Amino acid sequence: MTTLSGAQPTTGVDTPDTLLSDEIRVAGMVWERELIRYTRNRTRIVSGLMQPVLFLFVLGYGMSGLVGTTGGFNFRQFVFPGVVAMSVVMTAIFSAISIVWDREFGFLREMLVAPVSRTALVLGKTAGGASVAAVQGTIMLVLAPLVGVHLTPLLVVEVIGLELLMAVAMTAFGVFVASRIQRMEAFQVVMQMLLMPMLFLSGALFPLNGLPAWLAVITRINPLTYAVDPLRRVVFAAQNMSPAARARFPTGITMFGHTLPITVELALVVVFALAFFVLAIWGLSRTE
Amino acid sequence: MTDLTLEGIELRKQDTGPPAIDVRKLTKRYGDLAAVDGVDFSVAQGEVFAFLGPNGAGKSTTIKMLCTLAHPTSGGARVAGFDVVSRAKAVRRHIGLVFQEQTLDDQLTAEENLRFHAVLYGVPHDQVGPRITRVMDLVALSDRRKDLVSTYSGGMARRLEIARGMLHTPKVLFLDEPTIGLDPQTRALMWEDVLRLRDEEGVTIFLTTHYMDEAEFADRIAIIDHGSIIALDSPSALKASVGKDTVALETTDDTTALDSLLSAGYTAERTEGGLTVFVADEEAAVGPIVAAVGVPVRTVRAHRPTLDDVFLHFTGREIREQHGEAIPMMARAHGARRS
Ligand SMILES: Nc1ncnc2c1ncn2[C@@H]1O[C@H](COP(=O)(O)OP(=O)(O)OP(=O)(O)O)[C@@H](O)[C@H]1O
Ligand SMILES: [Mg+2]
Repeated sequence: MTTLSGAQPTTGVDTPDTLLSDEIRVAGMVWERELIRYTRNRTRIVSGLMQPVLFLFVLGYGMSGLVGTTGGFNFRQFVFPGVVAMSVVMTAIFSAISIVWDREFGFLREMLVAPVSRTALVLGKTAGGASVAAVQGTIMLVLAPLVGVHLTPLLVVEVIGLELLMAVAMTAFGVFVASRIQRMEAFQVVMQMLLMPMLFLSGALFPLNGLPAWLAVITRINPLTYAVDPLRRVVFAAQNMSPAARARFPTGITMFGHTLPITVELALVVVFALAFFVLAIWGLSRTE
Repeated sequence: MTDLTLEGIELRKQDTGPPAIDVRKLTKRYGDLAAVDGVDFSVAQGEVFAFLGPNGAGKSTTIKMLCTLAHPTSGGARVAGFDVVSRAKAVRRHIGLVFQEQTLDDQLTAEENLRFHAVLYGVPHDQVGPRITRVMDLVALSDRRKDLVSTYSGGMARRLEIARGMLHTPKVLFLDEPTIGLDPQTRALMWEDVLRLRDEEGVTIFLTTHYMDEAEFADRIAIIDHGSIIALDSPSALKASVGKDTVALETTDDTTALDSLLSAGYTAERTEGGLTVFVADEEAAVGPIVAAVGVPVRTVRAHRPTLDDVFLHFTGREIREQHGEAIPMMARAHGARRS
């Protein structure tokens, strides 16, 4: 652009473009908004718990009859970590959905036109969704004694840590999907088509061994698989399980004949989380 | 000041310094369509500047370019001293923006919405509270500060958005159809707010509107149609450019009446069903005219050009040529809500 009217603006003095502390403050505010909205919406908290509880008891008792008890261990105990994972995943995705609402109600625009980076916005959004999801998953632990799962303080800490990791990955995934979708109905359709298969093929509700090869391949591509198994491993490690029960309800993911160590599983979840995070930033940058 | 005076653009006398908005040959094309077509204007600091135009005239597109939300196809603009292309982030930090659509989070309270905005725009910690108090006072919503936005009426929400736009003390506030869909009282309140903002915070205000009557509040009006500015001046100058005040009469004997008026020094002519007298000030002229005609008067109608006349004068011709129709502009504008 050539010079305009030759006038030298008095307002031309400007602070440096971006300060890291400002970006962190923005992320913090976006995070806080998620928490405010969560605590203000009681129905959301309750309905977010209903579905996993239903799975735990209805499916738990239903399947227990079929699967039976091995060495004092039954299907309800097996499925409990999976149901906790399920509540984390659902809450994380539900938080991410709010981006589509924000788009419909215009608030997304308020965020996108501000002089802040997309990274700060996605960071805050992901942290917010993850916090809420981890809280929701932790509330589920209250049910542990009812299904005969033994809790120790260390286990609770481990579970919360794993919930957070899983929640970050799933919120980032949800934000990415939401950023590419304009309408609420479309988001629901996409999520039904993605989320349900992901949940069912993650090992959350039934063991992944003994599946036909093609299904086994799908479960190994599913990021959730690597988030659910560590949760089950730490929960089972804290239970008094007989060798027979361990054989009946195995943990661990085998790949090319090897069982992946828990560290590799966690590393994979971190990689997925980072990838979804970058995709989410990319997705939001393309809006507007 | 004189070096900044452009063709047809006279800056307000009390202003010093460079213009708040300076636009040169600004153009935005969408395919073959020139949504904004080589627009030139300049807005002085502290001025209230209105963009008036029918649907699809290019108002929102111009605002988007000035707010760095759209890239100009050619030409350029400076806002608050910064180039909208090369210094987009600096521009954004110095402008307030109220969109045509509402952009509040109605699950948060008014205060939470404002606090969110303050952080987004980097308002320093210790100024957040005082600024919120200040802008809520400016739009007279202080008593509703802790209420959820979902409990607000449409007009209150709109005023809250204006308050939010002002929160980070922008140099220029952009309002895209700020009063759309509001009842007359609320519109009046809103205008009080806007003028108060200008007077107390010295902000420059750029707004678009469909309502003629409220464009009157602006210091200057640009009439835009098909992406081009076709008239730009103060409301009174625009009205004066359309024609003089008139007084229309019907008398028992129009021929005698016309003679009397002409010999009394009036400019008058026969029109269908009566006489039209051209005067400087219709209100003051009615009495003397009635006294001067010398025959019984049946009806008197005094008329002063309004912005509606201005609008029809400048755009009407164009519209008839292009669409083969002559819809009054207000009717078009009314059909345009929420586009
Ligand atoms: N993203 C876009 N892609 C294609 N055409 C566009 C786009 N945005 C605007 N236009 C076109 O540019 C023209 C100007 O639109 P703009 O929104 O600026 O009008 P406006 O004056 O704000 O109208 P309104 O009073 O209805 O809000 C219209 O013909 C519109 O169809
Ligand atoms: Mg518009």
